[in-house]
Amino acid sequence: MTVHTLYEKLWSSHVVREEADGTTLLYIDRHLVNEVTSPQAFEGLRIGGRKPWRIETILATADHNVPTTAARAHGIADPVSRLQVETLDANCDEFGITEYGMRDPLQGIVHVIGPETGATLPGMTVVCGDSHTTTQGAFAALAFGIGTSEVEHVLASQCLVTKKLKSMRVSVEGELPRGVTAKDIVLAVIGRIGTAGGTGYAIEFAGSAIRALSMEGRMTICNMAIEAGARCGLVAVDDTTIRYLEGRPSAPAGGAWDAAVAFWRTLVSDAAARFDAEVAIDATMILPQVTWGTSPEMVTTVDGSVPDPAAERDPVRRDGMRRALAYMGLQPGTPITEIAIDKVFIGSCTNARIEDLRAAAEVVRGRRVADSVRLALVVPGSGAVKRQAEAEGLDRVFRDAGFEWREPGCSMCLGMNDDRLSPGERCASTSNRNFEGRQGAGGRTHLVSPAMAAAAAVAGRFVDVRTLCRSPA
Amino acid sequence: MKAFQALDGLVVPLDRANVDTDAIIPKQFLKSIRRTGFGPNLFDEWRYLDVGEPGQDCSQRPRNADFVLNQPRYQGAQILLARENFGCGSSREHAPWALEDFGLRVIIASSFAEIFHGNCFKNGLLPIVLDGATVDRLFAETEATPGYRLRVDLAGQTVTTPAGELIPFEVDAFRKDCLLRGLDDIGLTMRHVEEIRAYEARRKATEYWLFD
Repeated sequence: MTVHTLYEKLWSSHVVREEADGTTLLYIDRHLVNEVTSPQAFEGLRIGGRKPWRIETILATADHNVPTTAARAHGIADPVSRLQVETLDANCDEFGITEYGMRDPLQGIVHVIGPETGATLPGMTVVCGDSHTTTQGAFAALAFGIGTSEVEHVLASQCLVTKKLKSMRVSVEGELPRGVTAKDIVLAVIGRIGTAGGTGYAIEFAGSAIRALSMEGRMTICNMAIEAGARCGLVAVDDTTIRYLEGRPSAPAGGAWDAAVAFWRTLVSDAAARFDAEVAIDATMILPQVTWGTSPEMVTTVDGSVPDPAAERDPVRRDGMRRALAYMGLQPGTPITEIAIDKVFIGSCTNARIEDLRAAAEVVRGRRVADSVRLALVVPGSGAVKRQAEAEGLDRVFRDAGFEWREPGCSMCLGMNDDRLSPGERCASTSNRNFEGRQGAGGRTHLVSPAMAAAAAVAGRFVDVRTLCRSPA
Repeated sequence: MKAFQALDGLVVPLDRANVDTDAIIPKQFLKSIRRTGFGPNLFDEWRYLDVGEPGQDCSQRPRNADFVLNQPRYQGAQILLARENFGCGSSREHAPWALEDFGLRVIIASSFAEIFHGNCFKNGLLPIVLDGATVDRLFAETEATPGYRLRVDLAGQTVTTPAGELIPFEVDAFRKDCLLRGLDDIGLTMRHVEEIRAYEARRKATEYWLFD
């Protein structure tokens, strides 16, 4: 009997046509569209006299440019951003595409609303003109980011021209220590294999620590697979997957649900399947992670300190570390817990789901944001997440502590709206990229988990969240 | 799409690893709904001393004289020499649009991030992967030799140094063919419409809930 990895199963079930050299026409089941990477694709479609192949597979939302303040009810002040959002509205109207526009109660970050509406299902291929499409691999969907030319290609043909990836399994075994979360797992993985470690691979995250995670946690991990260079991340289907999907608006129902579940249960790597690369991580040894540099691989543990470039032998890496420390305004040897912060951002497609907000609120409850922190933002990932959090009273917890409670969107993860860092400002951020200028020109980003960001907000500097934990376990 | 066959071009060395697409074209310029005009904002935060905003006249902005693209000896460069994992980060095709709009046609690096690598081929840009030792040597030669040029031949898959050394490179056959001929790959895919429909019919029989 032949055995297959999950990736191979997903790949082979979507091959429309394969050339002798492996160039493959791959069928796409779900196409998520945002306002930033689609205008030129729709324009190309019109110029080519083409129409979308299967309208019902497309789901659009405006997330990158949208303001997150209450003022958004009055529209977008920035005319350039406004035009881009209005262009998406017009394109969706013209072609009859389902869109959760800025004023829609279901609007949100595209990688949050895909899963929560059930638009993303196991066994699908899912694409979006956004690299963090990897998020949706948590559902055993083959999900990856594409460029605008490919957005146009999928609109026109429901297919992509691509080649099969190699497979890597990252096995995370054991129980996570208290206060350590999915974000810490994925930062630790990136710290181990590097930001190009996954290039050319589809990474399947496996092991008891992954199986113990909620779907939210699995999404956080797959979200940052791209930060390890992987085109996609995957987690096998299990009871947690099925339970999450049941009753979602776009999930199958009735007899179709039973048939779907039976099929989805097969979406696991066979026991004897071989991977091209294997990485083993001991979950019991993972500590809360904090990045210190300008690449997600520049990461250490909260009890660590800023590394010394002089100790790095490779000259290119050494130069990179020196440049990063100069940009970040950090000295080698500085303990992480002595780094003071100016702003806190809790949000993004990495960490803006309900579980993330609960974890942050648990730390914040009954405490105050430190006086030295200029701005502490909580930006829910979607309208649905926001309403759920409000129903649980989390908005009050954050507001009472001095956080601002905002409308959903990508916000300060990349600052295409007004939520940005000023030059030199240092931020504890639950987002995914600490690149130079990512959160605003000259801004200094430290990537952390929601609980660690909340702890930093309270302390005004990085602090081991485990020292603030109130629950016994 | 713009075709690429061969080029004899001036080389500019960007000596840093993990150059990300946020650095190549910062987010504020992604608000454009056009495909062109990104060149003046290529590497905006490294090229200029002020904070760039869309719609500025970049010729009036203060430049960072230390940044390699601003140095007189590299003006008019068409070949960018880079380090590992070039183009990592976001899927924004604005990155190759900006590089191409600036006047670059070839990027040589020891490795590329995948989405960026694929996006280049859709825009008449040729990304070439060479081994780390060769890239090290090209950096040394470029920096030591004002006016250093390389000849790139896509059909023959070679880079030729001024000394006449031929360095072979690998390139995906399908992408090579599309780039050589400037082919629109949507047009190529649409030749297989019947196969796409047949695939959908097969799929409908097994995962019918996806086709309701």
